[in-house]
Amino acid sequence: MENLIALLVAAPLLGAAVLLCGGRRLDRGGHWIGTLLAVVSFAVGVLLFTDMLGKDPEHRAMHQALFSWIPVEGFQADVAFQLDQLSMTFVLLITGVGSLIHVYSIGYMEHDERRRRFFGYLNLFLAAMLLLVIADNYLLLYVGWEGVGLASYLLIGFWQHKPSAATAAKKAFLVNRVGDMGLSIAIMLMFTTFGTFAFGPVLESTSETSEGMLTAIGLMLLLAACGKSAQVPLQSWLGDAMEGPTPVSALIHAATMVTAGVYLITRSGAIFNGAPDAQLAVVIVGAVTLLFGAIVGCAKDDIKKALAGSTMSQIGYMILAAGLGPIGYAFAIMHLVTHGFFKAGLFLGAGSVMHGMNDEVDMRKYGGLRKYMPVTFVTFGLGYLAIIGFPGLSGFWSKDKIIEAAFAYDDGIRGWIFGGVALLGAGITAFYMTRVMIMTFFGEKRWQPDAEGNEPHPHESPRSMTIPMIVLAFGSVFAGGLFSLNESFVKWLEPVTQFEHPHPVISVPAITASTVVVLLLGAALAYVMYGRKEVPVTAPRGSLLTRAARRDLLQDDFNHVVLVRGGEHLTRSLVYVDHTMVDGAVNGTAAGFGGLSGRLRKVQNGFARSYAVSMFGGTAILIAATLLMRAV
Amino acid sequence: MSTLAAYATSTGEAFQFWVLGTVAVIGALCTVFMKKAVHSALCLAGTMIVLAVFYLANGAYFLGIVQIVVYTGAIMMLFLFVVMLVGVTAADSLKETIKGQRWLALLCGLGFAVLLVGGIGNASLKEFNGLGQANSAGNVEGLAALIFTKYVFAFEITGALLITAAVGAMVLTHRERTERAKTQRELAEERVREGKHLPPLPAPGVYARHNAVDIAGLLPDGTPSELTVSKTLRDRGQIRDVSSEALSDLRALEQRADERLGRSGHAASSTDDAASGGKKEAAK
Amino acid sequence: MSPVNYLYLAALLFAIGATGVLIRRNAIVVFMCIELMLNACNLTLVTFSRMHGNLDGQIIAFFTMVVAAAEVVVGLAIIVSLFRSRHSASVDDASLMKL
Repeated sequence: MENLIALLVAAPLLGAAVLLCGGRRLDRGGHWIGTLLAVVSFAVGVLLFTDMLGKDPEHRAMHQALFSWIPVEGFQADVAFQLDQLSMTFVLLITGVGSLIHVYSIGYMEHDERRRRFFGYLNLFLAAMLLLVIADNYLLLYVGWEGVGLASYLLIGFWQHKPSAATAAKKAFLVNRVGDMGLSIAIMLMFTTFGTFAFGPVLESTSETSEGMLTAIGLMLLLAACGKSAQVPLQSWLGDAMEGPTPVSALIHAATMVTAGVYLITRSGAIFNGAPDAQLAVVIVGAVTLLFGAIVGCAKDDIKKALAGSTMSQIGYMILAAGLGPIGYAFAIMHLVTHGFFKAGLFLGAGSVMHGMNDEVDMRKYGGLRKYMPVTFVTFGLGYLAIIGFPGLSGFWSKDKIIEAAFAYDDGIRGWIFGGVALLGAGITAFYMTRVMIMTFFGEKRWQPDAEGNEPHPHESPRSMTIPMIVLAFGSVFAGGLFSLNESFVKWLEPVTQFEHPHPVISVPAITASTVVVLLLGAALAYVMYGRKEVPVTAPRGSLLTRAARRDLLQDDFNHVVLVRGGEHLTRSLVYVDHTMVDGAVNGTAAGFGGLSGRLRKVQNGFARSYAVSMFGGTAILIAATLLMRAV
Repeated sequence: MSTLAAYATSTGEAFQFWVLGTVAVIGALCTVFMKKAVHSALCLAGTMIVLAVFYLANGAYFLGIVQIVVYTGAIMMLFLFVVMLVGVTAADSLKETIKGQRWLALLCGLGFAVLLVGGIGNASLKEFNGLGQANSAGNVEGLAALIFTKYVFAFEITGALLITAAVGAMVLTHRERTERAKTQRELAEERVREGKHLPPLPAPGVYARHNAVDIAGLLPDGTPSELTVSKTLRDRGQIRDVSSEALSDLRALEQRADERLGRSGHAASSTDDAASGGKKEAAK
Repeated sequence: MSPVNYLYLAALLFAIGATGVLIRRNAIVVFMCIELMLNACNLTLVTFSRMHGNLDGQIIAFFTMVVAAAEVVVGLAIIVSLFRSRHSASVDDASLMKL
């Protein structure tokens, strides 16, 4: 059974190779190959999962060593896989949601002439993401990490004829490089500290390592997580990444790839457990991003960008939970899975809406769509209820636990701060999601003919698109409850991540009650602002905060001023130093020697007699010296 | 002669040393400072003869004779021969062209002399054996015994060196003819092509009193033509121009005749000096 | 008189010859000055021979003469061919080695 693990990666990798190298003759049926191989991967995952369930909880981890990659004395890098409960969760999420999105893409990309290539990229992404989560060492994880970065780049820029898509792809790639640098430094630090990068030896020997080194590694891992999971300060690429096709946004930039940072931190839990300062940094990053993404999500009129802000915010929750240590890891992963369901469902719903609205993304030009696309409305609505944490649905179970854990950070002021932030985030989530819901599906129709006079004809999407949405809606509704039944999910993960019951500063029922109150308040506020009166088609000027949030809270301006300008000034001053001091020294030396040799050159006048004088004088001096030495 | 090589020098040798030593130094200085290479060579020859005498005085009879025969006889003559080849009259300008060279050279020379003299003065040269014993069987025999025993390899090698030198000199001075020598006909045709003097150049001028080779012949308009004088004399600037000289001679002669005869007019000039009259015609 | 005076004379002649080499431009005269220096050396050798009472100094002087003769032959040949190609015997004219 363990030998099947490699098949998880091999199937989509084969699909990618076949589709990308196969050429035009696969244009007609290529998407079926890609989808089939994704489903094969999912089937293998399910098979392995059932096998794992049959084992004793402590001995469920499976291991498969494929081959030795770089066998050097003192440097052993193997291609080996490790499938434990944490990896298994991810494998099921990735292959499951991935397969659904493959199916959805068949309908969504139907009219795109480069569909075969699209499926090739999707398969490549699946392979890289699976490699990332089942690698048994950090180096192989890094390969997958870079692979998903590549796939993300290719898919964001899939419509590369649009300059905005090409720029967004480049931006995502560049920002991700910063995080990748953090991961590579962390791996190097691990190698110098532990002499290996395999998970087992590294994570078992953390107790013997100094806290300073663990903090350094932890902060570098956090940097990597920030890059991949779009956390502050490396969050700026995610909003622009929505330039990619909507299935990509759903799969990569909502459900799976962006959660790689959460996986990394959870997987490296032992390192963070030994470094409280790094953990605090993780919690702060999560809390800040949680609010940041939520605020941005409130102001965006582009439905996908509003959802992207929401994604950022929800991953902020996960990072926050992951930073809390053993009390939070399980909830981080649980929220990750439920979020994977409802956020993928929401994105697919958004894609379905766009599909019916001639690719219009501005929510101010929607309105009243519930009559035209009932299936989309229902599935999107269920996703909406799940994400705001409506009691009983998935989001409620996972998010509520995270808020509880945040209140349990410590007994003092920090517990209150982080808990308060998480609670506030829940309220804002309710606000912006209600806003999206109302602007899209309720009210009067606001769409108009576009510049060419084509009036959109909203219609329900084809079966291939609605079925995945329905499946995901089921997940959105029931997954959370299922996981929380008898704390099954926590117990499932406990052998890998450990678990401690959080002890919040206030009682659990009070937190639950206040969460529900806050989300009702947020939803009510949104209803008052957008449901009671007509939504203007052109956006009002809005307050200072709204305008800032529309510009992603000035993240790009910040980057431009601090990094671009700063970089320019730095390079300019370096160029100046190079020109004046380095070149000056070099040229000065050269000029000095040139001038000196120009003078000395006159000695070499070519006249034999001059040379004879030098020789004769030299001889005289030698004789004089000899005589002098003898005299002395 | 063997007394000259005794332990102490005789008064005669001292006298000889001071006189001839002065001559040698003067000769050396003249070698350096004479403008013409010929003079330098002659002065050097003088110095070398003096040195030969000193060799003899020092008991080196064989070397003294060899010095005269080889150096002053062969080598210096070779020098003179080359000097002739290069240009015997060309005087060097002693004006220095390299800045500071003369002063540096003089300083170095003076310093070197001081150093050598100081070195010799400081050296312990009290030991003084004389050649009496070494030359007892005759100087030439003694040298021969050494050359053919102890120094025989060096001697053989010098033989090889001399042969090499002879071959080297030949290689350096021999000029390979790269093309066939032109025949007289070809040379004549070449002159025609170039439009130069077809016939031989005119002979030097012939006058009643001057028919020397260094006097240019006169052209019909009375000017002298340098072409009539050989190239060597032309190059040296040794052409004498007698065209005006003859006229002034004639004028002076006529005047003298007039004074003697006490008449003014030139009626009697033809009767008086027919030769000068003919010469006058020729001059005109 | 001490025979050391011969050495002083030789030193003087050598210095004069060396100065001549440095001052004169005519290659033939330069060459003559070199001969003068060689002769000065020969004089010292002969004098030392007398001082030490053996003939080795004279032998060396003899070899010096032979070598000098060979040197003169080659040197004058060089001067002649130089004169042929440059129409000058000035050592300063052969100053192509400068930059």
